[in-house]
Amino acid sequence: MKRLLTAFVSCVALAGAPMAGSAAEANKELKIAYDADPVTLDIHEQLSGGMLQLSHMTFDPLIRWTKDLTFEPRLAKSWERIDDNTMRFHLREGVKFHSGNTLSSEDVKFTFDRLKKSQDFKAIFQPFSDLKIIDDTTFDLVTKKPYPLLLNAATYIFPMDKKFYSGKDDQGRDKDMISKQVDTFASRHESGTGPFIVTSRQQGVKVEFKRFDDYWDKDSPGNVGHITLTPIKENNTRVSALLSGGVDFIAPVPPTDLERIKRDPNTDLVTMSGTRIILFEMNQKRVEAFKDKRVRQAFAYAINQEGIAAKIMKGFATPAAQLSPEGYQGHVDGLKPRYDIAKAKELMKEAGYEDGFTITMMAPNNRYVNDDKIAQAVAAMLARINVKVDLKTLPKAQYWPEFDNRAADMMMIGWHADTEDSANFYEFLTMCPNADTGAGQYNAGNYCNPELDKLVEQANVETDRAKRAQMLQKVEQGLYDDAAFIPLHWQDLAWASKKNVEIEPILNVMNFPYIGDLVVK
Amino acid sequence: MFVISVISFAIQDGLGDPLRQMVGQSVSDAEREQLREDLGLNDPVIVQYARFAANAVQGDLANSYFYGEPTLDVIMDHLPATLELVIAASLMIVCLSIPIGVYAAIRPRAWLSKFFMGVSTVGISIPVFLTAIVLIQLFSIGVTVDWFPADTGWGTWLNDLLSTDGGMPSYGRGQDLTHLFGTWDSNFFSWDGLLHLMLPAVSLASIMLPLFIRLIRAEMMEVLQSDYIRYAQAKGISPWRINFLHALKNTMLPVITVGGVQIGIMVAYTILTETVFQWPGVGLMFLEAITRSDIPLIVAYLMVVGLIFVITNTVVDLVYGLVNPTVKLTGKKA
Repeated sequence: MKRLLTAFVSCVALAGAPMAGSAAEANKELKIAYDADPVTLDIHEQLSGGMLQLSHMTFDPLIRWTKDLTFEPRLAKSWERIDDNTMRFHLREGVKFHSGNTLSSEDVKFTFDRLKKSQDFKAIFQPFSDLKIIDDTTFDLVTKKPYPLLLNAATYIFPMDKKFYSGKDDQGRDKDMISKQVDTFASRHESGTGPFIVTSRQQGVKVEFKRFDDYWDKDSPGNVGHITLTPIKENNTRVSALLSGGVDFIAPVPPTDLERIKRDPNTDLVTMSGTRIILFEMNQKRVEAFKDKRVRQAFAYAINQEGIAAKIMKGFATPAAQLSPEGYQGHVDGLKPRYDIAKAKELMKEAGYEDGFTITMMAPNNRYVNDDKIAQAVAAMLARINVKVDLKTLPKAQYWPEFDNRAADMMMIGWHADTEDSANFYEFLTMCPNADTGAGQYNAGNYCNPELDKLVEQANVETDRAKRAQMLQKVEQGLYDDAAFIPLHWQDLAWASKKNVEIEPILNVMNFPYIGDLVVK
Repeated sequence: MFVISVISFAIQDGLGDPLRQMVGQSVSDAEREQLREDLGLNDPVIVQYARFAANAVQGDLANSYFYGEPTLDVIMDHLPATLELVIAASLMIVCLSIPIGVYAAIRPRAWLSKFFMGVSTVGISIPVFLTAIVLIQLFSIGVTVDWFPADTGWGTWLNDLLSTDGGMPSYGRGQDLTHLFGTWDSNFFSWDGLLHLMLPAVSLASIMLPLFIRLIRAEMMEVLQSDYIRYAQAKGISPWRINFLHALKNTMLPVITVGGVQIGIMVAYTILTETVFQWPGVGLMFLEAITRSDIPLIVAYLMVVGLIFVITNTVVDLVYGLVNPTVKLTGKKA
């Protein structure tokens, strides 16, 4: 069976003659090569970078992030706080779905309820109790407690076409069903309000898009009329495809090829400091010595983050001394990497481990950029304070089960906050592990500091931005002083395109290129 | 086939956990456990195998975790691309290796033969992905050479001679495919399709071509020493007729045997070629299935490739009987 999705092109054609203006001029071809293609068309099936990139192409969120991490109105043209727990949103009028239906509060409610059912997304919407419809274009988002990240969560609400996704499909299943195992209606069909319509899709081969004639945003400068997205997994091939002119836009760009692309006169390279932190956790349950703060600090002093970023990452990473990248509320400006071997040795001596000890270490070898090489470097650096490291690197599919079992004394993890907020780091990586609340789910170090946890919890109900930032920064500082983990760096992001494709304005640190607004000369 | 299925099932523990690829980072343990239960991953391996085998004998090789559809359908979607690649590479091998091999055997001392032998030694020792990368650099991206002084006539000429323009497609199958039947879209019927096919097929052929040239040359030289050829030469039959009718026929016997096996191996080699060229065939699919721990798809792929091996070997045995009448198939009356 051919995995071709014939979208409802005819439906759209019937939906009315296209308006004059930007839509009529949008006729440029764009060939994109990513490292993977979207696994499904159902934007609620999986929470991943790839799915969000697709969401921004075929759907539109209520509000979206700007380059400098503030919000800009999309389908919601304005919003105001009603009380501590309620935010009122006003929808844009006359926005059309790809199917021709008109967007209303009903659709947003439908989407909200579906998000709460989605395995991957429900965690983000857990603080919300309800979405109340006021009228066709007005609705209230209600949280259980005062919730400071309400707008962050609203960037995840990409309204879906309620009429289109209601009823039964030809196999008798509900059209709005979300499932990772079976083929659902929503995984094969889409009707959003986004700038592009999927016209055909062959999993793992290519996806084709065409511009939606009735796209609401007539002010968008975007002039791309047709997109072919090809997944090219092999780094070298992806770069070759760009250099040979086979594609117009590629992401990600492997660090080893940055120079090659910079040198090429026909291509543009855009890099940004990313938000994904790479770190090592030191398991206090497995190693008695890690319970001693001085030992943890000694480890933190022994690691040369700047060296790793410069030598192994070829400058393609920002050395880190904390979890929160710049722009996040918890980011503390003063925290710098503290590489100092003499200090590290001194601390080890103080703690009574002058002769060192032996630990085990595990890291993935195909998950993060140069992950195995980083682990080797860290092991070598630890040898200088007499710690012998027994290192094992594994492919990611095998690494995560080991990580869940906390199978080594030091384990590597990379983390990106889904909410683009510092508290998310703490909740998953540093809070005392608690199986009931799900806190500290990825805290393989078993680090536990109830005082900091309390601060995080307070910050999570504090809606005053300044006060909240203060609390989060206090947590960040506390973690640094405690040397709760060893931060390494934030992985940089890189994209490359042909010179005539102006990608710079549409890129952001979240790595959601807003291709709807892309201008091709 | 049974053995393959058991082995591929046995290795699945080493492949890791497919769940990580399916869920986001913040999904709770309890929900993951639920999904695992739904997929039947918590049952003992024996139970899982029994369930798989019961379905397999009815032609159902389970659903792929990732694609969410029957694995055989997924493989059938990808198989034509791979087969076309193998066919194109085989054609190249046949068309090139026979004339070159024969020539090298007839005129072992000629410069051209020595050149071919030299190149084939180099070719046999270069790994296929390197060949592929070099091909892409030369013919897709293009190389500009400025080693020679550009202000002299001969320098410019040499620079131009060694520079390449590029422009060959370096990935995928292109847009211009001709639909044949079922899941089979062909690259053979359009110029654009052929261009896309060119580099992958050349790099795939590059591993087997030298082998066949050497094989044909060696066999041919041996045959040329045999008594009946000398007799034919003594009888004054034209050398052309001797070489291409009598000698070549006997040369081809072992070549066909080896060739059959090699075609099977080539299907396996496509994994590398397809990865480098993003050729959407079964090799690429298999590699991705491994990184995703898509166990049903891995098992199904191994079974299908096993089947291809069995079929090609059987066909080779049958063809052998046709070419060489002295080989009688058992069960056939003499």
